[in-house]
Amino acid sequence: MMINWVEKIRNALTYTFLGVMAFLSLFPFGWMVISATNTSTDVTKGKLSFGSALFSNIGKFAEQFNIGLIFWNSAKVAILGTLFTLLVSSLAGYGFEVFRSRARERLYQGLLLTMMIPFAALMIPLFILMASADMLDTHAGVILPLISSAYIIFYFRQSTKAFPGELRDAARVDGLKEWQIFLFVYVPVMRSTYAAAFIIVFMMFWNSFLWPLIVLQSPEMKTITLVLSSMGSAYFPDFGVIMVATVMATLPTLVVFFAMQRQFVQGMLGSIK
Amino acid sequence: MGQAARPASRRFYDINGWCFVSAALALIAAFMVYPICQSLWMSLHSGQGTVTEFVGLGNIGRLTSDPIFIKALSNTFVFLIVQVPIMIVLALVMASCLNMPNLKAKGIIRTIIFLPCVTSLVAYSVLFKSMFSYDGVINSTLAYLGLISEPIPWLSDPFWAKVVIIIAVTWRWTGYNMIFYLAAMQNIDKSIYEAARIDGISAFRRFISITIPMLKPVILFTTVTSTIGTLQLFDEAMNITSGGPSDSTLTLSLYIYNLSFKFVPNFGYAATVSYVIVILVAILAFIQFYAARERE
Repeated sequence: MMINWVEKIRNALTYTFLGVMAFLSLFPFGWMVISATNTSTDVTKGKLSFGSALFSNIGKFAEQFNIGLIFWNSAKVAILGTLFTLLVSSLAGYGFEVFRSRARERLYQGLLLTMMIPFAALMIPLFILMASADMLDTHAGVILPLISSAYIIFYFRQSTKAFPGELRDAARVDGLKEWQIFLFVYVPVMRSTYAAAFIIVFMMFWNSFLWPLIVLQSPEMKTITLVLSSMGSAYFPDFGVIMVATVMATLPTLVVFFAMQRQFVQGMLGSIK
Repeated sequence: MGQAARPASRRFYDINGWCFVSAALALIAAFMVYPICQSLWMSLHSGQGTVTEFVGLGNIGRLTSDPIFIKALSNTFVFLIVQVPIMIVLALVMASCLNMPNLKAKGIIRTIIFLPCVTSLVAYSVLFKSMFSYDGVINSTLAYLGLISEPIPWLSDPFWAKVVIIIAVTWRWTGYNMIFYLAAMQNIDKSIYEAARIDGISAFRRFISITIPMLKPVILFTTVTSTIGTLQLFDEAMNITSGGPSDSTLTLSLYIYNLSFKFVPNFGYAATVSYVIVILVAILAFIQFYAARERE
């Protein structure tokens, strides 16, 4: 009897605690969606019910900014950046794991050290470098320095350990060149590894802020995070319009997350295995 | 075996090996190694824009007498000391709740609590800025519940502005850390818990004497990564409070940004400040490495 009661109370407490936490997690999302339908005055007054200003908010947003272009800029940076990162990092991860040598092993150790370098320490020299290469205010200038990620190389190398060596040997016997083995055997076999890395890197690029803020200056180059930030820091921010922009900035990552949730968590945990 | 079959095996390995890794190495060299060295060289110079002179270690002297730098450094430490422990404990408790064997709706709750990690730092910062405005939803809800008699000046008071940043960062990252704990907890052998239960050890004691020790490596990993993340805090401070009021939420990264791109640029001094972060991160990474080694 006693045990039963203790158990029940504990269960009730656990559910209450998790319920409160889940509510707190979700509340800002609800607030974002509700506020997108309200006028700026209502948002700053904390109105908690749906309003009728959604279309006027979207209209005002479209009036001030070229929404399509902003989205195109963000998508371009995120997709190209992700593809290049996956290509370069998986080649390197494969190369370090399959073709081992003492020299490359040393370089790999050094490479892992670069994971510790904080971006703040790189941004000024990178800015000067980009200025001298005449790449300021270009999307290539945003993408290029962010491609080289020791973390993703490490992730691919760890995953390559699970790639069966017999497949490689069989392909060699069949006369495939090494790059062909990589492209036609390794890539298809490792597609779930690629999927996991894709999500992590895509989100990193889509959400990137500090480096694009430094590189991109003209309005027609800016990505959604930059536009959102400048709207939020305006002297009289229009919060209704801002919420529409926030929903638009969050939606793609939410979609990617829900479509590939399992791979996302797998990719995240890949770093500690 | 395959190796022995090829006479030119070593050369074959080397050529292919270098081909596969060269692109990554070139990029790392150009965009990581070169800038970090350049940064060190720049930190020995001072001046405005491109007109600089060699000052040797002069910038370090300037650091110690720069009240804004000291403010930014102490803010960063306040964020660290308050936020990281709150988040780690919260994530641990949530993970152990979610790890209870006969809990219903486990998957949904886990997904909901993880959801904040998907938002961009800028988007949620702007969101929090609107929620914590003077007449905003947080103040009106607290007033409605009778918890406060007058609105809290969240964003205009130095103390409360720090609180908002801490709440915001905790909201964004707790679920992220929880996932690591949950994964580690699922690797703990269930029979240990069973044995402890049979011995009549309470749930709380099981958490303290089984779960925590078993999770020590993961807790260390998340603590170090969270600390490194907090040392680099930028997006939130920039977008929620712009470092204000009166520099009370200024972080080191934001100060570096201001020194380089907002005020009259002094790249040399900014590089010196950035090396403070480098050194702090290096110390932390060293601690993690050392602790991980001790384990083995």
